[in-house]
Amino acid sequence: MTTEASTPSLSPEDRAYLRSLAPATPSPYHRLNPLTKAIVATVSTLAAFVLGGYVAPAAILVLLVLPGAIAARVTARLVRVALLISLPISISVALVSVFTRAGTTVLFTIGPFDATLEGVDFAAQVIVRLFVLAMALGLFGLTTEPRAFVVDLERRGLSPKIAFAAAATLETIPLMIERALAIQAAQRARGLDTEGSLATRIRGVMPLVGPVILSSLTEVEERSLALEVRAFGKPGRRDLLWTLPDDARQRILRWALVAAFVALTIGRVAGLVPALP
Amino acid sequence: MLELRGVSYRYPGYARQVLSGIDLSLADGEIVGLVGPNEAGKSTLCLVASGLAPASVGGTLGGEVLIDGRSIAGQAPFELASRVGLVFQNPNTQRSGVTATVFEEVALGPVNLGLELAETVERTRWALATLGIADIAGRDPMRLSGGQAQLVAIASILAMRPPHLVLDEPTAQLDPEGTRLVGEALRALARTGTGLLIAEHKAELLDAICQRVVALDGGQIVLDGTPADVFEDPRIAAIGVEPPARVRIAGALAARGVAAPGPIG
Repeated sequence: MTTEASTPSLSPEDRAYLRSLAPATPSPYHRLNPLTKAIVATVSTLAAFVLGGYVAPAAILVLLVLPGAIAARVTARLVRVALLISLPISISVALVSVFTRAGTTVLFTIGPFDATLEGVDFAAQVIVRLFVLAMALGLFGLTTEPRAFVVDLERRGLSPKIAFAAAATLETIPLMIERALAIQAAQRARGLDTEGSLATRIRGVMPLVGPVILSSLTEVEERSLALEVRAFGKPGRRDLLWTLPDDARQRILRWALVAAFVALTIGRVAGLVPALP
Repeated sequence: MLELRGVSYRYPGYARQVLSGIDLSLADGEIVGLVGPNEAGKSTLCLVASGLAPASVGGTLGGEVLIDGRSIAGQAPFELASRVGLVFQNPNTQRSGVTATVFEEVALGPVNLGLELAETVERTRWALATLGIADIAGRDPMRLSGGQAQLVAIASILAMRPPHLVLDEPTAQLDPEGTRLVGEALRALARTGTGLLIAEHKAELLDAICQRVVALDGGQIVLDGTPADVFEDPRIAAIGVEPPARVRIAGALAARGVAAPGPIG
């Protein structure tokens, strides 16, 4: 499902090989252009927060997110991922909102804190929105490889510098963790105590900070030089090895989603769209 | 030909010159080794010869760096990328991080040059074949051995077909097998007409593949000649460079008055 326009001199074998390099797209939803999936995720999330209540986020979930998840055959995994993402924040939101939100209907009291019905309602609305956010972004993440999104944005004119900066940052994190563990092991071998109480652990982490940050900065400089010698930053058109398909229907869908979101937001702010329960 | 004429260099914010009075030339197809103790200025010389210093690194350059008789002063690194390449010692920092296969990683440079796709594919295949790593084209660049990763880093530069290649300790992180792989690949590369300037601590490797060796100390060239001339010169050990085993063995035998039965090494 990839295309290589303007490649008249490529042999059929080369074309087939380049097609094989593109990320796998095992379902119709996976095969959507990454930008289409990104817009579905973004509009779903923002609309859930703008419209609020219970009905609108639930409708967004049913109309925009779940059909994609079912088509991509990732529903069960997506729900697990969304719960994992949203649960920690939801617990803290519930604890804070239920006991601190002012209200007239007190459900129960713990010490000096009253749990109010208004607090429960507020916490539940926030949690529903957070769940929609986790489901929408999770669906995008489960059906889109980051490199496919980066390549597609680059094809659309995004500066390769931004794309590479994002990708390099993602790659640097595991390398920094690996280096921190190596430095910690070396310092332990020289008698540094990193076990025990919280204070001891904090003291144990401090000597890691300098070496990890300094070596990472050195590495960033070398990475940037290494990219420069590969003509990174050269202006002009690039013939990418593979691109992901896009079509008029997807373009219409994207614009329709954005237009609907803008209209709903304006309508909501102007009071033309009633607040749903 | 890559030439450095009367080159001196000072990093930004530093008073001391790291290089001074460097005259060095690298002919097409020639392999020149660069040796010297730590802090001798080898890596800096690599940055200057590849045009990254001062263009990207900053600092002050004296003298001239020329490629095929034309000064490279004022040219951006992306303009020089197809004329002189630089390979760093750490293959991990040379990986782009946005590719899923070795093929895509090696093709990144040609893509950046704006080449037609067919030419990108042809150059990528050629670079992989020249370095003998065509069989790993479909592998994940994150999951390679040290030697393979360094060969991929070299191939990534090679695919841009620079007639001159500068390598800064390309085998520093490699085991003997990885070093052998890189050495063989570099020798094959020189046969295609690429001039190679290799900064390296492993004298054995340079002794085996170089036509010329240049010794650097305190930012200045102190010896320049054939590997035999340079490595057998007593001054090489005095500046902290360990000569290859054949020279050390011959020296030890001579010191004990034992005649070697024939050439060693």
